[in-house]
Amino acid sequence: MAPAVEMRGITKTFPGVTANDDIDFTVEKGEIHGLLGENGAGKTVLMSVLYGLYRPDAGETYIDGERAEIESPAAAMSLGIGMVHQHFMLVPSLTVAENVVLGREPAKNGLIDEGEMLERVRASCTKYRLDVDVEAPIHTLSVGVQQKVEILKALHRGADILILDEPTAVLTPQEAEDLFRAVRSLRDQGKTVIFISHKLREVLSICDRITVLKRGKVVGTVAASETDMGELAEMMVGRRVVYSFEKAEVAPGEAVLSVEGLEALDDRGVPTLRGVDLEVRGSEILGLAGVEGNGQTELVEALMGLREAKAGRVSLCSTDITRASSYERIRAGVSHIPEDRHKRGFIPDFTVTENLILGSHREARFTRRGFVIDYEAAASHSQALVEDYSIATPGVGTHAGNLSGGNQQKVIVAREFDRDPRLVIAAQPTRGLDVGATEYVRKKLLEMRDGGSAVLLVSADLDEIWALSDRIAVIYEGRIVAVREPAETDETELGLLMTGGRRG
Amino acid sequence: MKARALLSRVGSPETLRGILIQLIAILMAFAVGAVVLLVTGYNPIDAYAAMLRGAFGDVFRVGQTLTQATPIIFTALAFLFSFKSGLFNIGAEGQFLAGAFASALVGISFQNLPAPLHVLLALVAGAVAGGLWGLIPAVLKTRFGAHEVITTMMLSYVALYLTSYMVNYPFKAPGWVSQTVMIAESARLPRLLQGAQLSASIFIALALVALTRFILNRTILGYEIRATGLNPSAAENAGIDVKRGMILALVVSGAIAGLGGSGEIMGVHRRFIDGFSPGYGWDGLAVALVGGLSPVGALLAAILFGALRSGGMIMTRATGVPLDIVFLLQALVILFVAAPALIRAILKKGGLRW
Repeated sequence: MAPAVEMRGITKTFPGVTANDDIDFTVEKGEIHGLLGENGAGKTVLMSVLYGLYRPDAGETYIDGERAEIESPAAAMSLGIGMVHQHFMLVPSLTVAENVVLGREPAKNGLIDEGEMLERVRASCTKYRLDVDVEAPIHTLSVGVQQKVEILKALHRGADILILDEPTAVLTPQEAEDLFRAVRSLRDQGKTVIFISHKLREVLSICDRITVLKRGKVVGTVAASETDMGELAEMMVGRRVVYSFEKAEVAPGEAVLSVEGLEALDDRGVPTLRGVDLEVRGSEILGLAGVEGNGQTELVEALMGLREAKAGRVSLCSTDITRASSYERIRAGVSHIPEDRHKRGFIPDFTVTENLILGSHREARFTRRGFVIDYEAAASHSQALVEDYSIATPGVGTHAGNLSGGNQQKVIVAREFDRDPRLVIAAQPTRGLDVGATEYVRKKLLEMRDGGSAVLLVSADLDEIWALSDRIAVIYEGRIVAVREPAETDETELGLLMTGGRRG
Repeated sequence: MKARALLSRVGSPETLRGILIQLIAILMAFAVGAVVLLVTGYNPIDAYAAMLRGAFGDVFRVGQTLTQATPIIFTALAFLFSFKSGLFNIGAEGQFLAGAFASALVGISFQNLPAPLHVLLALVAGAVAGGLWGLIPAVLKTRFGAHEVITTMMLSYVALYLTSYMVNYPFKAPGWVSQTVMIAESARLPRLLQGAQLSASIFIALALVALTRFILNRTILGYEIRATGLNPSAAENAGIDVKRGMILALVVSGAIAGLGGSGEIMGVHRRFIDGFSPGYGWDGLAVALVGGLSPVGALLAAILFGALRSGGMIMTRATGVPLDIVFLLQALVILFVAAPALIRAILKKGGLRW
């Protein structure tokens, strides 16, 4: 029997990155096939090629043994391929049934035939054993049920091959169990499922076979019954080229940041930080390793005063700042390189100068008479920073949005480091930057450490954690599960800790 | 070269391009208006010439233009000030009426105050009333998440009917007109031209143009308001109190609109007359947009709108063109200004590079 999907030699490059490098990928009919890899390993790109969202630069795709040119999602759907994205594509104000038939509504006399629509969607629910109230408006449903609606939508449109992109990322553990049951039931009905994930435990528990990607290449395909977490972690994280940095021997100083039992909710109100204990000392880089979505974002926001602490204590140099505002924390010497620079980091429609004083704009050196901003002083200060940090810009009066990504990040780094901070919180500081800019930002982080600052480095990139950290803390499901010296751990252990495969 | 150096002092290339597009939009509105005039059997050149004479022909006509422009300078500034913080205060009409009524009340309540004090008191009352009318939606927004577009608009109707009730019942002057009695001499703003309604309110408007420009572009408050409007998440991360900024912006916005109402009462009508505002608050929104959301732009756009109205009357009298053409022109200006992409596309077709 021909495999459901066979992709041969798929290569897809984007400016500066090879997302997929000569990938061979085969999925048999009626199996649940895991696609495992870290963020940026190329999983989603490969599946986007299969679903017709991207055209590959090279390579061929065969569906049920037939050569297929998949030029669009519509073409993919007509071949029986359905995809459920991480971000749902549902219309919140419409009902389940209306969403499911959207674009191909049964019509009578130019109007939607409500009865026919409900009957058909209910039939699909029964057929695929997905228990959903088809008349409920989407916005009244939990995320877990919305996901089922997405699956139902794909199946209703005739999908035999179902791609689930990180389906558990948005689910509670109970909802995830529910999803797994539904997926197994679909497999038993002969559907083929491709399950994208970076969580070892769930991939092992639900998949029949697993293909591991790393840096755009296939590391290997294994049967779930013949492998274990240790092997998968090693395949996924693997031996790495560690960038060599001249790291000066500096004795760590006193504790600058102390976090005890910190708890916080995420935007949905789900407890996401569940008792974080952490200490960062002066002249030390503490690397926070972890798979994304384990509470890193919430931790950083709670430390910056942007998210309310439900319990626990945060202190800076033995001063309690748990209830301090962001402004007070900045004044007390906390600098922050946000993970999403467009959202939190800077203002594209502000000039370079206006961005470089953001957060320092009330300081005496940039103001006159207490209420006027001294734009001349700010501009000459900016000019100096532009030179010091070699920011490539036509001038300090240019809108910051016109700068390249690397230079935008340099603007943020220059602004935050120039404050002479006691604590630097750097979240994904090199994400999306080219090699040169990455190198630069890492060097600067080391300089801050050598200068006596405490640095909390939050990164999804283990290389970065490995290259820079004096100590490594691992976060998993809202708790710090281990703290290690780089010398006393290895990649396999970190991989296991990050994916919940082992407790510290 | 010299021209370019001079231009670069006016603003960045982005700003200059914006101004140019705005000007082209206005010209295109007049061009389409000319077509309409032709089709309906009028001579557009005669009509526009009469309009120009009517708007700027002599000192008196300029005075009439400025009289028409004055209230909408206030309301345009009010709209753009809150807009900079990311809020759409479309309720300038209500704040304008609240300010107008408060000033009228102060104007009729005292008889023996020295003039400067009485004027000051009436102006402050207008600003405070307008500011309060802006504070309500601000609190509703920051406390309960009520959208300001809805609340400011609804509060406009509250102000409209509340003031209407006031001048129909408790404060109605004797006679059949729904209006208050005249305010005291000491509370009146001086008129600037013999036989014309232009009052010192125009100076307050001009001062406010300079002041809003200064606040927005020079002060810490303005910086924080602009940061909040452009990227609230980043502003919050930089330690800026986003909610405080929004509240302040709406209160100041309301106060500016309120002062506009004060100026009309104290300078033009000298009493609160039911329905005296033909919708100055709503005009302000359009004027602010036509002015490219800058204070000086708002001033110029308000003068344009004032000129259309005062010139339109003369045009109607001299050429028989119906006054409706003025409203058509206004609508066209707004339409073209609201569609910069359209202007760019037309320019591109014409082979101009952008």
